[in-house]
Amino acid sequence: MTQTTATLADLLVAQCAEVWRDDPEWLATGITPIPRLGASLAKLTFNPRLMITDGENMLLEQPAPIGPRDGGPVVEGWAPYARTFDNLWGGRRHALVAPVQIDRFGQTNISVIGDHARPKAALLGARGFPGNSISHPNSFFFPQHNRRALVEGEVDFVCSAGYNPARWLDGRKPHRLDLRRIVTNLCVMDFGGPDHAIRLVSLHPGVPMEEVRDNTGFDLAVLEQGVGETPLPDAAALAIIARLDPHNIRAGLIKGNPAAVRPASVRAM
Amino acid sequence: MLDKRMPLDAIVAELADGMTIAIGGWATRRKPMALVRAIARSGLKDLTVIAYGGPDVGMLAACGKLRRLVFAFVSLDHIPIEPHFKAARQAGLDVWEMDEGMLHWGLRAAAMGLPFLPTRVGIGTAIAEDPRLRTVKSPYDDGETLIAMPAIKPDVALLHVHRADEKGNVLTLSPDPFFDELMARAAGRTFVTAEQIVPTADLGLPGNARYHLVERSLISGVAQAPFGAHPTSAAPDYQIDLAHLKAYAAAEGEAWDAYRQRYVAADEGAYLAAVGGADAIRAIPAPVY
Repeated sequence: MTQTTATLADLLVAQCAEVWRDDPEWLATGITPIPRLGASLAKLTFNPRLMITDGENMLLEQPAPIGPRDGGPVVEGWAPYARTFDNLWGGRRHALVAPVQIDRFGQTNISVIGDHARPKAALLGARGFPGNSISHPNSFFFPQHNRRALVEGEVDFVCSAGYNPARWLDGRKPHRLDLRRIVTNLCVMDFGGPDHAIRLVSLHPGVPMEEVRDNTGFDLAVLEQGVGETPLPDAAALAIIARLDPHNIRAGLIKGNPAAVRPASVRAM
Repeated sequence: MLDKRMPLDAIVAELADGMTIAIGGWATRRKPMALVRAIARSGLKDLTVIAYGGPDVGMLAACGKLRRLVFAFVSLDHIPIEPHFKAARQAGLDVWEMDEGMLHWGLRAAAMGLPFLPTRVGIGTAIAEDPRLRTVKSPYDDGETLIAMPAIKPDVALLHVHRADEKGNVLTLSPDPFFDELMARAAGRTFVTAEQIVPTADLGLPGNARYHLVERSLISGVAQAPFGAHPTSAAPDYQIDLAHLKAYAAAEGEAWDAYRQRYVAADEGAYLAAVGGADAIRAIPAPVY
C-alpha cells in the first residue's frame, strides 16, 4: 500500500485545486473550507495567475489561512458584490461550489428540499447559482457522496443550469454553460460522457466502483481508458495545506477524519 | 432650510399595511435593524419585503409581518440557514425567488425607469418558470431569446448608513456599498437610519466623496440610530455580534417569545443595555472568513 500521512480531507483539497490547474488569469472562488483551501493551494503551487478574495470584498495578493490568524493579508484589489457580478457575467471566474443536490444533467440545488411552495426543508435560496452557471465554468464539491446528494431524476429545485436541453430557451445551450468537475469523498467525476453525461474519472484509494454506483442516483459513464486511482497529494502540497489551515479545521469536515488511503478492513465493509 | 431628521417611530408611521419595502444591506451586514425592530413592534401587517436577506427577514417573519418575500437568499453567514426564515418558508410563506444578480437587475430597471432589463441569468433553471417572468427576443442579428427581468419597484426603501446630515446627504463607510443605492433609486421614498447625524461640514467631503451613497433628493427622512445595525455589522464602526446572532438563531418556539420580549419589545435604549452597551459592541472583533 502507498505510504502517506495524507488524510481524505487533504486529498480532497488537492483534488479541488486541480479544477483550476489550467485556468487563465481569473477569479477562483471556492465556497466552503475545502474548496477554498483548494483554490489557495492551486494559486500557491501550479497557477499563481489566479485571483482570490478574502471571502468578503477584497482581492488578496496571497491566500489567507483559514481560521483565526495574525495580521491582515496584503490586499491587491476591491471586489464588492456589484463588481463581482460584473466580473462573473464577463466570464472571468471559475467557481467550485458545494450544492445540496446534483442530478445527471449537472443541475444543482441549494434552495429547498421537497416542493418549492411548501418545502420539507428550506435552505438558503438560489443565491447566485443561476447567474454563475451560465456565465463561467463551475465545478462542484460533495463531502458526502450518497443518493440524497447525487439524485435520481432532477434536483428538487433547479438553481443552476446544466446539460438538460428541455430547460434551455429555444433549445440553445446557455451562453457559457461549462461544467467541469465533481469532487466527492469517494471519487472525481467530470462531464465528459456522451452528451456531457457525468463520467467517473478516478476513485479515491480503496474505494470500489460499486460503492460509487450504489451511492449515485443516476448512471455514470466511465473514462474510456479506464478509471484511475485519485493521486495522493505530495509532501510539498501537504505542507502548503497545513500552512493554509494551521488550526486543522479540515480535520473536522469529513466524518471521522479518515486517511486518504482507505484501509483494507474498511474496504471489505 | 431642509431638515429631514425624524424619530425612528415617525419613519414607521410613514409605512402602511400591504406596502412593498426594500431593506438594504446584505445578510449580516449593515441591516437597518433598529428600524426592523420598530416595524416588528408596530401594528403593520401584510408587508412584501425585498432583501438580500439576513435577520431582517427572519425577525419580520417571526413577528408575523410578512405576506411575501422577494429574495435570492436569506442567511446569517456563519449560521448558514436563517431559522426563522426557514420556519416561515416551510409554513408556506409566499416567495418570489430569484438569482442575486436578477434582483440587482430588477432594481436597476426600476432605478432607470425601464419596464425591464434583458438578462441571460435564470435561463436553464427553475427560476425561469416563475409566471412573473417573460422572455424577449433580441431585435439584432443574434436573435437570442433572453429573460426580460421586470422592474422591481419598492414603495419604500429602508437603509442604514454611517453618517448623515440633516438634509439627507448620507455616507456608507463600509467596504461594500451593496445595492443600497439602487434600492433608493428604485423606491418611491427612502428612509435611512444613521449611526450619527452630523453637520454637513463634518461629513468629510470631498475626501469621503466615494462613500456618498446617493443624492439627498432621494432621501425622505433620516433618523439617528446609534448601533442601529446591531446585531449586524456597520464596519468600520462596529462588527457583527456573532454571540447575539447565535442567541437570536437559537430562539425558536417559546424561546422566541422570550427573545422578542427582551430585544424586540424593548425601546432602543433598553435594547442597547440588554445587548451589553456601546463599549461592548465597539469591542467586538472583526470576524475571520
